Amino acid sequence: MKNRTARRISAFLSNFIIIVLGVGMLYPVVWLIVASFKESNTIFSDPGLIPKSFTLQNYIQGWKGIGIIGFGTFFKNSFIICTLCVIANVIFCSLTAYAFARLRFAGKNFWFAVMMVTLMLPSHVTTIPRYIIFRSFGWIDTFLPLVVPKFFATDAFFIFLLVQFMRSLPKELDESAMIDGCGKFGIYTRIVMPLTTPALITTVLFTFLWTWDDFFNQLLYLNSPSKYTVPMGLRLFVDSSGMSSWGPMFAMSVLSLVPCFILFFSLQKYFVQGIITTGIKG
Amino acid sequence: MNRKARKKAIRENLSSYAFLVPWLLGFFIFTLYPMIYSLYLSFTDFNMLQPPKWIGLRNYFVMFVGNDQFPRDERFLNSLFVTFRFVFISVPLKLVFALAVAMLMNQRLRLIPFYRTLYYIPTLLGGSVAIAVLWRRLFAGDGVLNAILSGVFNVNNPPAWISNPKYALYTLILLSVWQFGSPMIIFLAGLKQIPQEYYEAASVDGAGKTRQFFAITLPSLSPIIFFNLIMQMISAFQSFTQAYIVSGGQGGPLDSTMFYSLYLYLKGFAFSEMGYASAMAWVLLVIIAALTALAFKGSGSLVSYGSGE
Repeated sequence: MKNRTARRISAFLSNFIIIVLGVGMLYPVVWLIVASFKESNTIFSDPGLIPKSFTLQNYIQGWKGIGIIGFGTFFKNSFIICTLCVIANVIFCSLTAYAFARLRFAGKNFWFAVMMVTLMLPSHVTTIPRYIIFRSFGWIDTFLPLVVPKFFATDAFFIFLLVQFMRSLPKELDESAMIDGCGKFGIYTRIVMPLTTPALITTVLFTFLWTWDDFFNQLLYLNSPSKYTVPMGLRLFVDSSGMSSWGPMFAMSVLSLVPCFILFFSLQKYFVQGIITTGIKG
Repeated sequence: MNRKARKKAIRENLSSYAFLVPWLLGFFIFTLYPMIYSLYLSFTDFNMLQPPKWIGLRNYFVMFVGNDQFPRDERFLNSLFVTFRFVFISVPLKLVFALAVAMLMNQRLRLIPFYRTLYYIPTLLGGSVAIAVLWRRLFAGDGVLNAILSGVFNVNNPPAWISNPKYALYTLILLSVWQFGSPMIIFLAGLKQIPQEYYEAASVDGAGKTRQFFAITLPSLSPIIFFNLIMQMISAFQSFTQAYIVSGGQGGPLDSTMFYSLYLYLKGFAFSEMGYASAMAWVLLVIIAALTALAFKGSGSLVSYGSGE
């Protein structure tokens, strides 16, 4: 009896600490959301979470962007790039993962080790030559440098994720399919791919998020505002930040986070799974 | 018969390799060739207008040694120093924090899935330009933090965190530690794997909570901690977006947030010193490889992989 009370108190305390800590951690995000509805001149440095007046003006003004290009274009560009990257990663990373996880061929261990090394490779060693290569193709200020590499399964991280998952599927499935006259490609499309769905969803999620936030490459390759993505659009606000642009800047910041929120909350389970199976990077 | 079997094996191999073709092409075109090319460029002077000019080890010489004719690049050493400080403060803090919260959550609480979601939100959003922009505002001289400090806690003249070279880096460290969600989830999963009997046996033997933590929890989690340490370290060394936005793209104030990758970007793309930037990329590669190797070596004595499995 005494034990149960003690456990209850301990659970209550834990809950309490977790909630207080959580509220403190989320305060900046909540403040951002509230601030985006405040009038521009009251945002300044009001730490409060209850707006004195509520306005949508920031969103209307922010959507127009700075200069002639509005956020409609930035969002469209970001979505195009993300969609292409997602499609490419799902197809080509899974194809590669299938070979590593389920097929037998000479030199497999060697190539797998190579793949794992590329996983740890800092991207900087390839940044400059890639830039020079893409420039010689005339691809600067297009989406191609951001998208084309993904069609060659360059995101080793997702190959690793999918290999881990595919290895856990029972081998007998392949064998019985083989007996039924199914070829390797047939096994890939009809058996392995459907069963890998959870890991593929994780791939979709993280590809989307990381591409959405991939500021470095977008900064490198996109020069004209009509090609800008959402993060690049936000940077425009930073560069010209007078007090008056904070409201619209916050409004567009909030809007830029909405797709991440929607994906995260609708598919949380896959996030957690993906993080655990790979021990993901931050 | 034998020839037939060999033929079959070759065909088997070829049909398997067909699946690997996109990745192999990608590896050669987008990874291996660029690596070799950037190694070559690191020994040249190259501004993209004239063809690369071979200058031997001069780029590396300027980074670390320097003389009268080619003075040492103090900004480079500073960026290295800043980055090391960032990595070695933020990564351990992040992991300690993640482990502490994971342990707090490792109980039979009904709301765990909800909490896990809640605590992952900063990680979900933290890498974005939007949050970096927000950080700039939170820690500005006339920002939110100072409004709280002076309004609620009556602090006189709190410092302008972002524009003060003494504190600017710490705002970025805070931003990084704030995103502790992934290691937390991994630790939580790891904690659930530790058999409850271990703890029961230990407490029967009279081991207190602290003792249990050091004798059971830490050793059981050591492979996970080690893995997280390496992955977090590698990605921390490459941090770019947050420093770029918070410092307005210049690594200021007084180069106090001049991260390695930010300086590399500026050297290569703002000053068009592609050769030098390539050399910097290779130095980073060597540093990361060395630290990873060191971590692996050190792990031999510290990490226990348990028996079985």
